[in-house]
Amino acid sequence: MSTQTNAIIRRRRRELIIGAVLLVVLAVLPLPIPNVYLRGLMVLTLLYAGLSQGWNILGGYCGQISLGHALYFGIGGYTSAMLFTKYGIPPSVGMFVGGGLAGAAALLVGWPCFRLSGHYYAIATLVVGMMVLLLITNWDFVNAAMGITVPFRHESWINLEFRTAVLPFHYFMLAYAAVAWLLAWIVEGSRWGFYWRAVKDDVAAARSLAVRVFPSKMAAAAISGAITGVGGALYTQYVGFIDPDSGFGLPLSVLIALPAVVGGVGTLWGPFLGAAFLIPVQQLIVAWLGSTGNGIDLVIYGIVIMGLALARPQGLVSLFGIRSLAGGEVLADTSAAAEAVDNA
Amino acid sequence: MSAAIIVQVALGGLLMGLVYALVAAGLSLIFGLMDVVNFAHGELLMLAMYATFMIHQATGLDPLLQLPLVALLLFGAGVAIYRGLISRALSVRFNTGMVQVFVTFGLSIFLVGIAQIVFGSDFRAINDGWLSNANLVMGQIVLPWSQVAAGLVCVLAFAALMLISRTEFGRALEATREDRDAVALIGINRDRVFSIGWGIGAAAVGIAGVMLANFYYISPNVGANFALIAYVTVALGGFGSLLGALIAGVLVGLVEAMTALVMDPSLKQVGIFAIYVMVLMFRPRGLFGRL
Amino acid sequence: MPDPILQVRGVSKSFGSVQANVDVTFDVERGEILGLIGPNGAGKSTLFNSIAGAETPDSGEILLDGKCISGRGPVACTQLGIGRTFQVVRSFDSMTVLENVMVGAFARVSRVRQAMTIALDVIDFCGLTSHVDTPAHSLTPPGKRRLEVARALATQPRILLLDEMLTGLTPTEAQAGMQLVRDVRTRGITIIMVEHVMEVLLPLIDRAIVLHLGAKLAEGSPKDMVRNPDVIRAYLGDRYVVA
Repeated sequence: MSTQTNAIIRRRRRELIIGAVLLVVLAVLPLPIPNVYLRGLMVLTLLYAGLSQGWNILGGYCGQISLGHALYFGIGGYTSAMLFTKYGIPPSVGMFVGGGLAGAAALLVGWPCFRLSGHYYAIATLVVGMMVLLLITNWDFVNAAMGITVPFRHESWINLEFRTAVLPFHYFMLAYAAVAWLLAWIVEGSRWGFYWRAVKDDVAAARSLAVRVFPSKMAAAAISGAITGVGGALYTQYVGFIDPDSGFGLPLSVLIALPAVVGGVGTLWGPFLGAAFLIPVQQLIVAWLGSTGNGIDLVIYGIVIMGLALARPQGLVSLFGIRSLAGGEVLADTSAAAEAVDNA
Repeated sequence: MSAAIIVQVALGGLLMGLVYALVAAGLSLIFGLMDVVNFAHGELLMLAMYATFMIHQATGLDPLLQLPLVALLLFGAGVAIYRGLISRALSVRFNTGMVQVFVTFGLSIFLVGIAQIVFGSDFRAINDGWLSNANLVMGQIVLPWSQVAAGLVCVLAFAALMLISRTEFGRALEATREDRDAVALIGINRDRVFSIGWGIGAAAVGIAGVMLANFYYISPNVGANFALIAYVTVALGGFGSLLGALIAGVLVGLVEAMTALVMDPSLKQVGIFAIYVMVLMFRPRGLFGRL
Repeated sequence: MPDPILQVRGVSKSFGSVQANVDVTFDVERGEILGLIGPNGAGKSTLFNSIAGAETPDSGEILLDGKCISGRGPVACTQLGIGRTFQVVRSFDSMTVLENVMVGAFARVSRVRQAMTIALDVIDFCGLTSHVDTPAHSLTPPGKRRLEVARALATQPRILLLDEMLTGLTPTEAQAGMQLVRDVRTRGITIIMVEHVMEVLLPLIDRAIVLHLGAKLAEGSPKDMVRNPDVIRAYLGDRYVVA
């Protein structure tokens, strides 16, 4: 029995092709659009697409909903900023160090927390996130509440510093989002991906097939944390600043998870769809209402989350008929009707 | 640091702890009821505080007199939340665990946003209530009456909760929690039981909110702080245990107060977080939990 | 020469005041199809679960090729070579047939292509090839049972435990099921089948262990079991015993 083509192989191939096409399109997209504001919008969208995809690996595929993912963002951002400002280590290196530390932190958090089910785990991530926020705000070594400003020295690709150009960041963020997507694609089709779906469907049956869940969850946590950390470092270089609230705050945790939730938790394209929808909307709100609009963005997010959770928990991807992984309908590649199974 | 100060701080912590216990009890009730964590629990508290403030502003009615009124209001809010959102969330066929988390989480964000729009982000306070500026003086120990009253009322409310849990309704609640589907067979209307359960849980928080409004600042984000403490308290006491909520609440209140004594007050929550981490590591189901 | 692959030694298990298994002892011969039968409440499921690792006996032990497996948990037991199906089918409904079986295959290999190869082979063996990409939830009941077997087979077990696999099937379906069981045996896998309806099982099994009220009542060939007065009494009561 050679590996005949089946739905899995076809789907995987299709996803890679679409991904490649999308990459090319997005790489070319900003070139005919010199508008700085629009380019900035794309940079942010790509950043959140990547961040949310990172979250999605743990929250969507693995099923551990984290409401404190800003923790890893902050660790990555602060590490990169500190290494650069205090020790002169370029952010192109620092972001990987930050990512590594964030991944390690995720393992540390996951180790005691993964034996907690569903919402107990969510609570734990909330509490841990708040705890770290409090500690950082009072830690003088990282400038406590003042945060860290990354001074601009000179144009440099190694240091991710550009005086006014936004375009280089577009490519950094695009690479980031692409890598995040690829990691999710790999993980989704790996043994872990199968195991996570099995556990979500039926834990007892999964155990009877020797599925050991804990190690796979730890792996998901590490990857998820690392991706988020790198994103934090990239963002810090982009805006040149990080402080406790912008690095570890709860609104950030929400914004990291939201694109995946809106787009489709546990799906490959969900975070991207969600980011493409949410970030422009969010920026519009900020621009339209400014600081006095405080509250309206929360109201809108709240309604979106509640509405989606109730009406279309599979997320926006289901509108496109894309296969929903987290337990929903499967694309009908075959005859869905079941005939009586005849003997071979 | 004299003995009197230590005792005073400890008593203050105990009183706050009783408030925490009541808030946690409301959360634990809903929790134990249908395995739903109400991420909007803190916002219910915030609503109660704002309601108290507004009614006081509009009618001059003292917070103490508002207790039954606001409790009723919050009861209604709890029922409305159950019927409007939670019952729908429970019947979603797809990924119910995640849906529950996000529905209440979305509600929490929504409520904070509404509060910010309606009331703005400024801190409010009630400064002219009956209890506002009076102190209980016992020798060298001085305690604001507002806090003492808060502690007392919360204990009474707690006792009421424990009484309810022993009534037939309380047992119906318990049965519905154990097996939602089977209870229909013995004539218990699941929806009605859950609605009332939510109502009671919210009312408990409401009572705590009214008493807090006497001495605590009121802002759209005040709920988040108490919610966090409530989660830790419930985790420590054990999900679904009323007694656990009481003991844990008092413990948390004491630890917080003592931490403020020995550390920088802005770090007083570190003590609470340390408790949480220890519970996580060594006894995930809490003191009396029946996970 | 007796060649036991599995040895059950004095296994007892109670749940509160209910004694589910009382001092059960027997051997399972390598390569045989063994029937574990008895009326409802006899303790078959508990014993079954103990062998599969889902329950831990209060006393006694279970040895697989001389190695103690009792109390080690389902994951370890599966890794050591015990495969099982569930009485109420537990398929992974969000996945296709192929994906379901691949989960089992991953117990032995870690690479996706390898798992796919193993799974496709097992699916073919179990007669599900035309349903490779069918969502598990849309299979017919017999199809789902076949899937359960395929999934367990993909873990490359030495012993396959089948829990009431033939219950509630039409005669045709049952025949097909029995053929599948015989096919599995030709692969060198020892099979233990739990059933409470005897006549379905008798033509299939080599030997039977009869449980009653938690204890082993009788043991022997199917022919002997049918004539055993204790067994008849256990199932049907005193009236049917021919003195």
